[in-house]
Amino acid sequence: MAKFVGAVVVDKETCKGCGVCVDACPESVLALHRDVNGKGYHYSYMKDAGACIGCINCGVVCPDTCITVYRAKAS
Amino acid sequence: MGEVKLMKGNEVLAEAAIRCGCDGYFGYPITPQSEVMETLMAREPWNETGMVVLQAESEVAAINMVYGAAATGKKVMTSSSSPGISLMSEGISYIAGAELPCLLVNVQRGGPGLGTIQPSQADYFQTVKGGGHGDYKLIVLAPSSVQEMNDFVDLGFELAFKYRNPAMILADGAIGQMMEKVELADSKPRWTKEEVVEKNGSWATTGKPATRKKNIVTSLEMDSGRMEQNNLRFQDKYRKMEENEVRYEAFQCDDAEFILVAFGTCSRVCQKTVEMARAKGLKVGLLRPITLYPFPNKIIKELARKALGFLSIEMSAGQMVEDIKLAVYEAGSNARVDYFGRMGGIIPTPTEVVEALEKIFSWELSYGVKRSY
Amino acid sequence: MEIQEIIKPENLVYQKTPLLNDDVMHYCPGCSHGVVHKLLAELIEEMDLQEKTIGVAPVGCSVFAYNYIDIDWQEAAHGRAPAVATGIARINPDNFVFTYQGDGDLASIGTAEIMHACNRGENILVIFINNGIYGMTGGQMAPTTLEGMVTSTTPNGRNVDLNGYPMKITNLIAQLPGTSYVTRQSVHTAAAVRKCKRSIKKAIQNVLDKKGTSFVEVVSTCNSGWKMTPVDSNKWMEENMIPYYPLGDMKDTIKGEHSDR
Repeated sequence: MAKFVGAVVVDKETCKGCGVCVDACPESVLALHRDVNGKGYHYSYMKDAGACIGCINCGVVCPDTCITVYRAKAS
Repeated sequence: MGEVKLMKGNEVLAEAAIRCGCDGYFGYPITPQSEVMETLMAREPWNETGMVVLQAESEVAAINMVYGAAATGKKVMTSSSSPGISLMSEGISYIAGAELPCLLVNVQRGGPGLGTIQPSQADYFQTVKGGGHGDYKLIVLAPSSVQEMNDFVDLGFELAFKYRNPAMILADGAIGQMMEKVELADSKPRWTKEEVVEKNGSWATTGKPATRKKNIVTSLEMDSGRMEQNNLRFQDKYRKMEENEVRYEAFQCDDAEFILVAFGTCSRVCQKTVEMARAKGLKVGLLRPITLYPFPNKIIKELARKALGFLSIEMSAGQMVEDIKLAVYEAGSNARVDYFGRMGGIIPTPTEVVEALEKIFSWELSYGVKRSY
Repeated sequence: MEIQEIIKPENLVYQKTPLLNDDVMHYCPGCSHGVVHKLLAELIEEMDLQEKTIGVAPVGCSVFAYNYIDIDWQEAAHGRAPAVATGIARINPDNFVFTYQGDGDLASIGTAEIMHACNRGENILVIFINNGIYGMTGGQMAPTTLEGMVTSTTPNGRNVDLNGYPMKITNLIAQLPGTSYVTRQSVHTAAAVRKCKRSIKKAIQNVLDKKGTSFVEVVSTCNSGWKMTPVDSNKWMEENMIPYYPLGDMKDTIKGEHSDR
């Protein structure tokens, strides 16, 4: 069991669906959504939210700065 | 009265720059204006006023250093000679497009190409019609003496900042190299950081405080509508210059039947020409444009009402003559406009000019009236 | 723990720096430019340099860099950013001035300006984005295009007999006594981004300490120009670009001292 739990908030409309965050996620939390945003991009989202450890790798690699990350100690 | 000295035109440019509170000079050596940077380097103004002097790796770099420094709202300048100005033309276009004030000096030599190091006025078109790309104008001052090399440095900066537009002193190798008596301007301090922010903080890259929006200095605008608006704003500015900044000197024009038009070195030759022609009984006057842009159209139109002819005297194949023709045409006058000049670094002599005048206007001189054609 | 319990201000660990404004960047999805812009903005914010910083934007894809970071900016002509930065920095030595240039801008049309600015040891930071291609004009060959690499002007791959060799300009820059810190980084993984940020921070500090020119090359991707997905581009870069342009510090000294390795 991970010591930390995290949550990723993707600004859906700013995301360009490049998928770099999906590739950077060590826990395979993120995926590109079936749906598209207003610009027609398959935006990134937390497919497996429970697996997030809040490592912020996704935010660090995001070229469009559309990711905010929260982290809390696992209860 | 200020300090009086015997100096070369190029040396005076350097001295005047230091004394008028110039913040920086960026240049590259080229004959016949190398004394400008040589004088500055020997004077070491950074110890005295804090003025920066830097020898760039090329004219291309020098003008871009001016572009960068001018964007910060300070008084900066460069100088070069014809081939160097060609290289700088890209940067000058950017400076005009970004609406930055700065002072440029062209101590002209003969072209085209590497040409010659002797004096010339063949960069008239390049200077007043725009050497670089796009619809832009420089404020162009044409000194005819070493004294004016001094006076136009401060005036050039004043006009450049008034209109946020590059100004150019268009001299030639003779004015740059000759030694004359000059009364130097009194020294003014450089603007303080606070003064720069107060005067130019609304557009200059002075560093963004929390209290204002960021300043972006650019000539780029991808939106065609806005780019057209930018161009219209530039054109408005140029019309204002045409209304307010025309400078010229009229010499014995009041009763003149023939008007010599000449600037810079040629205007000195023509002063003597007027004397010689008057001694022969010819009613000849001299109009000396001091600003080549804005061009003194209005006075030419006035003179065209009674003059029989205009003769443009140039050290080129005849460039300014086209602007005189335009003014005379706009005046609805049938006064004849012609040109006489020498090229390749040769300065016409007063005798040559009198002979040219008599030959070109032989019809008018014989009959005493305008020739209709 | 429910997601809503995690998403609370006290648990915030990563967010956009306020120095980056809300304009959506014009870059293609996955472009390295966005990451490097972000690092610069974060560092200017963290080092409290907003009022001192003047950025010089190039011609190339990053021509609009000035739209995104809230500092004063100037847009240079193609290749001339180092000369523009020289003018700004010389006349305002208290400011922090940086240029942001691509490979066409810095290593082709602007070779003279970058060499001489670095040789004079101008107190500026140079960020050099090397993605081996001209992105903005549609994917033509750059001086850094790898041998055999297909671009729109080398449709059969770069032929070194015809086009010359991919230029390792950062290695040349490191030889110049005016430079203090010369490094080659990348931003293709989270670890690489963190390392790149440390390098840029050090480079900025060197400029503030007036040690001379600091030069940070970022080996980057251009997935549109390379015609690959962003993720595949990162992998291709790792396999092809980085072996030719190996990462790491090339020089760490102060100007005038020769300790280049």
